[in-house]
Parts: sequence; structure tokens; C-alpha cells
Amino acid sequence: MLAQVKDLLLLAAGSALVSNVVLSQFLGLCPFLGVSKKVETAAGMGTAVIFVITLASGVAGVIYRFLLVPLHIQYLQTIVFILVIAALVQFVEMFLKRYMKGLYEALGVYLPLITTNCAVLGVALTNVQKEYGILTGIVNGFATAVGFTISIIILAGIREKMAYHDIPKPFQGMPIVLLTAGLMAIAFCGFSGLL
Amino acid sequence: MENKNTVWERLFNGIVKENPTFVLTLGMCPTLAVTTSAINGLGMGLSTTVVLALSNLMISLLQKIIPDKVRIPAFIVIIASFVTVIQLLLQGYVPDLYASLGIYIPLIVVNCIILGRAEAYASKHPPILSLFDGIGMGLGFSLALTCIGAVRELLGAGEVFGQRVMPAGYVPFSIFIMAPGAFFVLAALTAIQNKVKMIGEKKGRDMSKIQSGCGHDCLSCNQASSCRDREAVLAKEKNGQGEEA
Repeated sequence: MLAQVKDLLLLAAGSALVSNVVLSQFLGLCPFLGVSKKVETAAGMGTAVIFVITLASGVAGVIYRFLLVPLHIQYLQTIVFILVIAALVQFVEMFLKRYMKGLYEALGVYLPLITTNCAVLGVALTNVQKEYGILTGIVNGFATAVGFTISIIILAGIREKMAYHDIPKPFQGMPIVLLTAGLMAIAFCGFSGLL
Repeated sequence: MENKNTVWERLFNGIVKENPTFVLTLGMCPTLAVTTSAINGLGMGLSTTVVLALSNLMISLLQKIIPDKVRIPAFIVIIASFVTVIQLLLQGYVPDLYASLGIYIPLIVVNCIILGRAEAYASKHPPILSLFDGIGMGLGFSLALTCIGAVRELLGAGEVFGQRVMPAGYVPFSIFIMAPGAFFVLAALTAIQNKVKMIGEKKGRDMSKIQSGCGHDCLSCNQASSCRDREAVLAKEKNGQGEEA
């Protein structure tokens, strides 16, 4: 039991920090670069991503294990996963709107942006590829999303400060953000000695 | 522009005028992730080209049958089917490339270039033109990925397509084939893009085609048909254009 928990914790640290979803795997770059102008919105986006990825990796895991494997149609995983994720996001949005007004107001705007986010599909596919069980898959999904949130909040913090700097004209906008992301990626490389 | 809507115009449009990477800056995830070498970039580019051409053709053939309300899910299913076909073919015939591209092959599904072309072009134009639009866009994407891959491979390993080109004394900056290098190369690329845009605007040319794509702001991503609230987003963008400038 204890060994299992230890394994899960190590896996979580690995997914969140060592192979960070944005900075070393380049998944979910669009929201990472697009919704990181303010720390507040970045935190909102991060929370929505944690919510959706954790849920989606659970649902995708269950569907893979109890539907695709028994029917021997694992090769349909890409089609099934993308549809499941799109439907799931829609359902989550409707559910929150109906029953959890507060949470909906906080996350609502970000949810449609996540539907075709490659990080969500990426985590579901990684879970299958690495043959994780359902619980391990959910932990991996959660940790990956936490990694995303950490990096988007850091980037937003830096960008808020950067707004007051005198940046050469051609580097304003995207280029300086990408340079910042590159430096963050170097910093995150340091975590590779962690495990 | 409509009167010269020919096959050649479509190819030229995809490769040069609206190059998805260099001009529109779309599909950044695969661009950064697989360009560790020129051959990986080329493999990814060509796989995307096949999916893009076939899905464009199919969507254009089915444009009258697919109801407008469910078009996005229908497009996604069509694209995902072709991606699965490509994935199985690569796995069977070029296992090395398949292994090095890994998870990014199934992730072609969420490449916004493909859904963008389906929505912006294939669903409104005849099949042959849509096919060549897909091929043009795909070749433009392949060209860009191969160039970026070659630059990273040259700086990071002193090789291009696995052939040593740098002199023996060259010490490679291996950071360029690691993750941070991808960000630096793309930063340089977008800086050049900005510079070209500035020069062009000074000369009074219309440079509105050059965009920073999804990366800049979700609002400026007018190809993001995947956004469910596209119309609302576009309307908002129109109103907000004054502020942006």
C-alpha cells in the first residue's frame, strides 16, 4: 500500500515538474501563450484545466478499459477520445451553469477554450500508451494539469512585470513571451535531477 | 482574388502567401515539439499534408450533406479517421519515424490548421480546389517544419538530415535540440515576422495577413473554428480592433 502511494507521488512529481506539459512537451501552448496576460485569468484558466483534465483522464480511462478493450477496437482510441472530451466539456459546462453558479462564473469563459486543447487529448493518449491503470491515469492527469497551472501562473506573473519594460519593437508581443518561456524551460530542466 | 481561384493559385497560397507557420503562425504545438531534426519535421509535415488534403477533399464532397449545426463534430470525426489511418500506416511501414514522433501523430487531430482549413475553405468550395488547398497548406507547413528542424539540427548537433555539415571543431549548442531551444528558435522567427510586418507597413503595403495566430490571443485567432463561440468571439474581435491597434 505504502509503496503504491510512493509510486503515485513520484509519478505526480514527474508529470508536474520534470516533464512539464507545456515547457517540455509543448502541449497546450495556445492557452499558455494566449491567456497569460494577467495572473488572475491565468489562475482561472489553470483551475479549469485541472478540472477538465482530471475528469477527462478518468472518463477516457474507464471508456478505454471497459469499452474499447473488450470490443478489441483500441485502434479507434483517437476518434473516441476526442469526441468524449468534447462532449464532456459541454456537459461540465451545462452542469456547472445549472447547479454551481459560482464555479461557472469563475470557470465558464475558459471551458470552451479547452475543448480542443491538445493537452487534454495528449494526457488521455499518454495514459493509454504507458498502460496506466485508471487511478494512475487520473493521478497523472491531475499532476500534468497542476504542472500546466504552475507554469502559466509563473509566465503571467513575469508578463505583468514585463509590461513596464522597454522592449525593442520587433520583440514586443509574442517573441519576448516565447523567450521568457524558453528561459523558464531551462529552469524546469533543472528538475530532471529530481527523480 | 476570386477570379484566379485555380489549382496553382491554391498551391501558391498555401506554400507562400498564407504559409501556416511563417505567415499565420498556426499549429504551434507540433511545430515546437517535433522539429528536433529536419527529418522529424519533414515526416510530421508530410503526415499532416496527407491528412489535410484527404480531409479537405472529404469535407468538400460532403458539404451539402453535413448539417450546419453539427459540422464541427462531423469535421472532427472525419479528421480523426484519417489521422488513425495515417497512424496505422506509419506504424506499419516507417516504425522508426513513428517511434520518434510518438504521441504527436494522434495529436494531428487537434492541429488547428486542419480544422481551420475545413471551416474556412473546404466547407464552401468545390472538391478539387479544396484538395489542392489542403496540399498547398500542407506543403507550406512541411516546408516550414523542415526549415525549423534543419536550423535546430544544424545549431544543436552540427548536422542536417543526419549529415555532418559543420567543421570538425564545431561544438554544438545542444540546447537547441532540447525543449528550450524550440522556444528560442520560434522567438527569433516571430521577431523576424514582426520586423517584416513593420517594414511592409512603412511602405504602405497591407500586412494584415501576418498574424501571431492562436499564440497571441484567443481573440485574434480567426481560424479557430474549433472555438464553439466563434461568431461571438469574431464579433468581439471586430469591436475590439481599435483597442488592439
